[in-house]
Amino acid sequence: MSLALNVEHLAVSLGGREVLRDVSFTLAPGGFCGLIGANGAGKTTLLRTILGFERPTAGHIHRAGTLGYVPQKLQLDPDAPLRVRDFLRLGLDGHRWGIPLPSRAARAQVDEIVAAIGADAFADQRVGRLSGGQLQRVLIGHALIRRPQLLLLDEPLANLDPSAAAAVAALLGQVAAGGVAVLLSAHDLNPLLGHVDRVVYLANGRAAAGPVAEVVRGEVLSALYGTHIDVLRVHGRIVVVAGNGAAHDHDHAVPIP
Amino acid sequence: MTDVLVTALIVGAAAAVLCAVAGVFTVLRGQAFAGHALADVASSGGAAALLLGLPPLAGYVLLGLAGVGGLQALSARRTTADHDLMAGILLGAGLGITALLLYLDVTLGSASGAAMSVMFGALFALPASAVWGAGAAALVAMALAAVLYRPLLLASLDADLAAVQGVNVRLVNTLFLVLLALAVALASLTVGAILATALLTGPAAAALRLTRTPGHAMALASVFGLASVWGGVGLAYASYGWTPGHVWPVSFFTTLLVIAFYALGRR
Repeated sequence: MSLALNVEHLAVSLGGREVLRDVSFTLAPGGFCGLIGANGAGKTTLLRTILGFERPTAGHIHRAGTLGYVPQKLQLDPDAPLRVRDFLRLGLDGHRWGIPLPSRAARAQVDEIVAAIGADAFADQRVGRLSGGQLQRVLIGHALIRRPQLLLLDEPLANLDPSAAAAVAALLGQVAAGGVAVLLSAHDLNPLLGHVDRVVYLANGRAAAGPVAEVVRGEVLSALYGTHIDVLRVHGRIVVVAGNGAAHDHDHAVPIP
Repeated sequence: MTDVLVTALIVGAAAAVLCAVAGVFTVLRGQAFAGHALADVASSGGAAALLLGLPPLAGYVLLGLAGVGGLQALSARRTTADHDLMAGILLGAGLGITALLLYLDVTLGSASGAAMSVMFGALFALPASAVWGAGAAALVAMALAAVLYRPLLLASLDADLAAVQGVNVRLVNTLFLVLLALAVALASLTVGAILATALLTGPAAAALRLTRTPGHAMALASVFGLASVWGGVGLAYASYGWTPGHVWPVSFFTTLLVIAFYALGRR
């Protein structure tokens, strides 16, 4: 099986500072991978390098086929005259020159995506007036409409309430089940548990990557963070206990060092 | 006086429609200040054209395009350019040169009203031939806007998103500035370089609040712009009767109407 994404011994420096070193992981078609780390751990840099906005100082990135990208948000005035439908259409042909002419085929594809992301209720609303969860789904639809093989998302669950976050995670699970390789960054693994099958943990510029059960373990995280860490599983949530014995919920504990 | 009136109405209409189209993108992108800077740089072209006896539009367009080059050169070397700062520096340079050229216009030439005509427009002083230049500039700019429409809209929403989708964002940004330079050149001819931004942003900002698609916003902004310019021309023409021998500036009435439409749109 050919890989959707293969990152080999990647190193990236920004302004002379080495942000990532020797980062390696792979993602197969249909794989759903969480890119987990604290603010400043290098999640954004890794995504931007995969997108081609930053140049690696060492290593290689091989990616297959069409790429879809979901930014964290759009800088958009609430009154900006852009309906959800029109924004999705831009995902289809916004890179082409000229005015968007009415097209039955394009309309059918937009309708299909509206249904897939569950946006029927707000398809004719202005994009600037959507809630955080609605906007994330629309951004995902915008990326999906060109049928990418690899979908990259920058903190899609940040600033969402738990139920909206669960809905977005479930939607992305369906996307992955449809054969798209999905890589999303997050500072918290918990909302993704039960959805992602792999994780890439970033800390101190290095990465620990693999299936959830293999990576989210005391020995692996202790080695990555350079401090003693215990991992407990309680009611389907993960609790990380740092070296001094003070227990933290995963939300707060992983960015310890 | 009728030939003068027809010329004023046609040139003003070209400026109003082009400013409506360019203005919607300008407001969406938050680049009103770049538009103002380009108009101020273009004013030096208008002043130079008066000095050399050339059509003012040629001066506005050439120096406006030079301003685009200047903006791109100033921001190219920086990774995170403060575009407002760059526009501000360019604006200062442009207006400084305009000050010298207007001084020369008055002392060397016979253009005693040069400052008034460059800064606040002289729609009634245009020769009938100005219609052709204005029409050609408007057609080229409208064609450019049509070609740019989709990638420009996408790049205005999120530059990274557009780049991932395959848009050459830098090229699109530069071509948009060319569109902006042509729009403010025509606006300078109509209401003057200093007031060009009013015609560029006012009707567009009012229309954006009342519509649901960019195309509809452009159409409504065209209506607001046309009504403002034609209303301004009509009122200025009528003012000849209020104060015999004196015509009030078109730009005064036009900007007044633009602001009225904006106030209407905000309610």
